[in-house]
Amino acid sequence: MRSVIQVSGVRKTYGKTIAVDEVSFDVHDGEIFGLIGPNGAGKTTTMECIEGLRTPDRGSISVLGLDPFRQVYKLQDRIGVQLQQAQLQKRIKVWEAVDLWATLYKKKSTDGERLLEQLGLIDKRNAWFMNLSGGQKQRLFIALALINDPEVVFLDELTTGLDPQSRRAIWDLVRGIRERGKTVFLTTHLMEEAERLCNRVAIIEHGRIIDIDTPESLVSRHCPERTVVLATDNPLAEERLRSIPGMESVTRSDSRFTIRGRGDDLVTEVIHCLSENHIRVSDFRTILPNLEDVFLKLTGHSIRE
Amino acid sequence: MMLRGLWKLTWLEIKIFMREPMGAVGAILIPVLVFLGAGRIVGGRLPPPTFAASNFIHVGLPVLASLLIAINAVISLVTIISIYREGGILKRLRATPLRPQTILTAHVIVKLLLTAATLALMVLAGKRYYPVGVHAPLFSFTIALLISTWSILSIGFLIASIVPTARFAQLIGGFVMYPMLGFSGLFVPLAALPPVLHAVAQALPLTYAVALLQGIWTGDPWSAHVGDIAALALVFVVCTALSTKVFRWE
Repeated sequence: MRSVIQVSGVRKTYGKTIAVDEVSFDVHDGEIFGLIGPNGAGKTTTMECIEGLRTPDRGSISVLGLDPFRQVYKLQDRIGVQLQQAQLQKRIKVWEAVDLWATLYKKKSTDGERLLEQLGLIDKRNAWFMNLSGGQKQRLFIALALINDPEVVFLDELTTGLDPQSRRAIWDLVRGIRERGKTVFLTTHLMEEAERLCNRVAIIEHGRIIDIDTPESLVSRHCPERTVVLATDNPLAEERLRSIPGMESVTRSDSRFTIRGRGDDLVTEVIHCLSENHIRVSDFRTILPNLEDVFLKLTGHSIRE
Repeated sequence: MMLRGLWKLTWLEIKIFMREPMGAVGAILIPVLVFLGAGRIVGGRLPPPTFAASNFIHVGLPVLASLLIAINAVISLVTIISIYREGGILKRLRATPLRPQTILTAHVIVKLLLTAATLALMVLAGKRYYPVGVHAPLFSFTIALLISTWSILSIGFLIASIVPTARFAQLIGGFVMYPMLGFSGLFVPLAALPPVLHAVAQALPLTYAVALLQGIWTGDPWSAHVGDIAALALVFVVCTALSTKVFRWE
């Protein structure tokens, strides 16, 4: 698979603080790649080095075959950028911003009006920036990031501060960007966002990359534990459940059993055991680990701390 | 391509400025009204008794008025740049192929246009109270004012480049500009200053702006002010070079 971003051995310090260190990864053509970690882990610094907004102290970066530091203007023509905590002029109108951005790029830009329509902003085209809601502002920033029909789109903490409904709407938009064949590089501290959107994620903490993989592989490699909770009145159930291969513990409270074990086969084995012994259940749930658990396992603390 | 961007951004900034509650009123209307009010009180009703006072009204006042407008424009430019920096607008613009020079040039053009509009209104409205102004070489004076403004702007840029917040920028802009005006020879002739202050005055860029503007207003040929122009150009070159070195986007 073709790499569109190659980062190797990047280090960036601010005074005595090391923001990122020995950061290396590749982003493949057409994927959504997520850099995930808590606030202050070095996500934005890494992203801004790739965008050419900051110069790394050490290491090399290549984006679409270009050096972001020396060929920044060439690069900016081919990428789309959404920055964390960016603002526009308070009294600029939505269509004016889109129109201005469209003039800035050498490439023939996409149709601004259509973009506003797709992003649900067409009713707001004459509104001042200062009067937009948080979600509308973010959608406008997405529009500005897409106006030059970029090959790579950078999204920094895109849904921070948005309500769940706007967040879901934005996720759909990001999937739409990938469907147009573009590569998306995003940062987030929301594990759910990474799990739902990203093809691959890199976990970063204290400026270092801890692991890179698909969300599923990260979960199955670092958190193989599986848990099944079921409820049954069958008196033989406990004995039968204890004989399941891969089972590590069975705990019981009244008619409710919690079966813990390892490996993807555990759930199948439980179902097999239930049907073979004709055990009737009134409830059946699986509890699967997610990226939050992976993060906890790798760093020893929750991402929210 | 960049010219198109420059034109678009300039036009946009003018529109945005006009949308501000105090935008057009504060920048254009109030100076003109103050000028007219002063003209009514001083110029129309009370004929000045002494030669010095008469000289100030006929030469000093127009120069003072134009310099004040220029300084106001510079301070408001400094404020806008720092508001844009604080708000992350500069950073967002930087992540496009826009060059920094284009962004700054657009703002300078906006301010120069506003200055020109204010002055034009003043000249038109002030004809009644300041009959002398009509006979002054307005075209040369405008050029002289542009040269002075350009030089003052570069000082403003230097301030805008290093000062972190908008409020601070406005304050520093005022503190740098207004005292400079006090020592510039506009109110007290340079020759009358004690030697130490005289030396201070000669180190201040505004002194050369005042000399140039007063000279051109009273009909001096350009050749008499080559030194002043050179000094203003030097200020421009030094401040611009420094500000491109230290300019901060965020």
